[in-house]
Amino acid sequence: MSTLRLRSRAGVVLAGVIGLLANGPAHAGWGALNMPEGVTPISSEVFDLHMLILWICVIIGIVVFGIMIYSIVQFRKSKGASASHFHESTAVEITWTIIPFLILVGMAIPSTATLITMEDTSDPDLTVKITGYQWKWHYDYMDQEIDFYSNLATPTEEINGRAQKDPNYLRQVDNRLVVPTNRKIRFLLTSEDVIHAWWVPDLGMKKDAIPGFVNEMWAEIEEPGVYRGQCAELCGRGHAYMPVVVEAKPPREYQQWLESRQAARSEGDPQMAKKD
Amino acid sequence: MSEAVGHEHHGPPSGLLRWVFTTNHKDIGTLYLVTSFLMFLIGGVMALLIRSELFQPGLQLVDPHFFNQMTTMHGLIMIFGAIMPAFVGLANWQVPLMVGAPDMALPRMNNLSFWILPFAFLLLVSTLFVSGGAPASGWTIYPPLVLQTGDAFPLLILSIHLMGLSSIMGAINIIATILNLRAPGMTLMKMPLFVWTWLITAFLLIAVMPVLAGAVTMLLTDKFFGTSFFNPAGGGDPVLYQHIFWFFGHPEVYIMILPAFGIISQILPTFSRKPLFGYTSMVYATASIAFLSFIVWAHHMFTVGMPLAGELFFMYATMLIAVPTGVKVFNWVATMWRGSLTFETPMLFAIAFVVLFTIGGFSGLMLAIVPADFQYHDTYFVVAHFHYVLVPGALFAIIGAVYYWLPKWTGHMYDEKLGQWHFWLSTIFVNVLFFPQHFVGLAGMPRRIPDYALQFTEWNQVSTVGAFGFGFSQLLFGYIVWKAIRGGQQAQDRVWEGADGLEWEVPSPAPYHTFETAPEVK
Ligand code: HEM
Ligand SMILES: [Cu+2]
Ligand SMILES: [Cu+2]
Repeated sequence: MSTLRLRSRAGVVLAGVIGLLANGPAHAGWGALNMPEGVTPISSEVFDLHMLILWICVIIGIVVFGIMIYSIVQFRKSKGASASHFHESTAVEITWTIIPFLILVGMAIPSTATLITMEDTSDPDLTVKITGYQWKWHYDYMDQEIDFYSNLATPTEEINGRAQKDPNYLRQVDNRLVVPTNRKIRFLLTSEDVIHAWWVPDLGMKKDAIPGFVNEMWAEIEEPGVYRGQCAELCGRGHAYMPVVVEAKPPREYQQWLESRQAARSEGDPQMAKKD
Repeated sequence: MSEAVGHEHHGPPSGLLRWVFTTNHKDIGTLYLVTSFLMFLIGGVMALLIRSELFQPGLQLVDPHFFNQMTTMHGLIMIFGAIMPAFVGLANWQVPLMVGAPDMALPRMNNLSFWILPFAFLLLVSTLFVSGGAPASGWTIYPPLVLQTGDAFPLLILSIHLMGLSSIMGAINIIATILNLRAPGMTLMKMPLFVWTWLITAFLLIAVMPVLAGAVTMLLTDKFFGTSFFNPAGGGDPVLYQHIFWFFGHPEVYIMILPAFGIISQILPTFSRKPLFGYTSMVYATASIAFLSFIVWAHHMFTVGMPLAGELFFMYATMLIAVPTGVKVFNWVATMWRGSLTFETPMLFAIAFVVLFTIGGFSGLMLAIVPADFQYHDTYFVVAHFHYVLVPGALFAIIGAVYYWLPKWTGHMYDEKLGQWHFWLSTIFVNVLFFPQHFVGLAGMPRRIPDYALQFTEWNQVSTVGAFGFGFSQLLFGYIVWKAIRGGQQAQDRVWEGADGLEWEVPSPAPYHTFETAPEVK
């Protein structure tokens, strides 16, 4: 009887685990498999580079592991295989040094080209200075006289499991970084305390925000939309809780946003909250 | 008189003090290996806590600050407490047996270098109980964050100094043994590869442990004595720390893999019944990897903002490492080619090593591509990469080595059937554990977070299931080793049919003193 009860209890636990595993489709987590292609010319170049290297590795893997599997199947002692005694061949050694080297050169060329474009932060249309704090971001539109903090907007109840989690759990902020589409935006990154890293995967790159140091990166967003990311460098207790939300608006709408923001500022309401 | 001395000389003294005062390489090897297993269990419990918290989004079990303490301590304990002492333990047991030496060259220093370690680990683990908790800045202990550590900070630094001292002394001893105590006739190019890889590793250790010591001492003076090496407000630079740390850190990762390469190069020929393919090129490949490991450090810090020329240099140099690494893999495959293969447990672990380490090498190559690394860096993709090279890489090699040499150490065969079970459980679960981490990392999940966005839930759950499966499978390993120590089928001197080397010419179990007169190597 006791084994029976134990079994049914195990059944309940098992059902629970399967239930947990199966709540997937709601947010399609099983599909979270690959790097996003992103929404900037750079991000799609990076994506292509990533896929290129990945496929080269897959092909090399198939060849190498294929030969291993063949050996494992074919050269078993139990199938009567007797060992040969060869153990050296300079020609073979040279071949499998040169060929990988050439493959690497083939990878290095497109990588170098992409890297050069990524590092070219010259001639921006707009500059935003981003400062990391434990644990929030500060955005300063250098030429527009606007600046504000951006904090996590997920309520504590959701974090502690006392409320249903929003689909954008941990990736929502009180003030989004609003930027125009099709403009070259230069980001200047720094920090006031420890090192953070500002990252939105759809923009194709991340950079560290380091105290005493100003880093640069740039993006030109092609599609209007809301793009979410978070701090990527361990910065203490609240590291998981400093999201980045970028909202790209067509230039006209961006201009309107800018004006309303500037108006609010002159009315003395710098933190005109705009919730997600 | 001579008889009494002779008698004492041939058996180990009994009792606990034997282990405290021993200068015997076999005893010290055992001490290292047992310590390593204990630390592996402690670090493993921390890993399971981490994985439990990550089973679901939200905070369920621990506070984020404690979570950060766990990731930090897990990393430090696994690297300095589990992997490195295991390799030193294997070197202690095997290097004298494989070069035909009666013992390590510096037996008393050997005792000291082991006995420093328990104190170092005690200090490290004690930080969990001091005010402010254990260090919580990741095993890389970057400033300024690490300077926010509470009372644990000086204990951490002291413990790192002790571990470094122990490693340096261990390395000196291994070099002295290999260079001075080889049997007549064993030229350098006749040394078994395990000995070769350890010789090179020992030089790496001597070169980089002092660099780590320098870096952490600068942290200490920044915190307590008003210096500003890494403090921009005083004219210092936090990025300088990262350069120094990774100048140690990258060779360090090779310190954890070169001896593994050596082990695999011993096991594969034995069970393929065929000599290692390309011995000479294996030696040169190991030496080139060691050299290159000194000029690639900044690939860990592409996102700190380096000049374009610097990024290009470190990208090309890092990609170059793939060449000698590839040579090794190809040589191993060629060793198996047209051999006569059997699949005892050590061979299974060696084959899994070649495949799964290579997968880690592929992700390493991807990480070397700077534009893509801007996306990969500090995500679970990096976590997946280094766990593939360290768990089914370094750890599988260690486990394979234990199965391979255990009959020589104990005189008993381990339970082959249980060994096979251990292998399959470990290999399946290690992939369930780490493969999905590639996915969530690419999809945008940063590393070192206790809580995450909902789209990462499913694969994290799979990973956690794998973690528990893998963790519990290792208890089986402990049981198998224990059982073989207690008894089992008597092992022959040449335990494995295809085995070759001096260690197989002494009886099983290897007597307390071996090669008191040096063997002759043709
Ligand atoms: C083909 C050879 C390899 C290449 C090209 C390679 C490349 C890299 C790169 C570029 C990174 C930095 C990723 C980032 O943080 O963005 C990295 C991280 C790492 N690699 Fe490898 N790697 C290789 C082999 C190994 C081996 C053999 C080991 C150790 C056994 C190893 C251990 C690590 C560790 C521990 C880290 C992460 C350190 C940290 O940030 O905590 N790698 N690797
Ligand atoms: Cu952070
Ligand atoms: Cu590295």
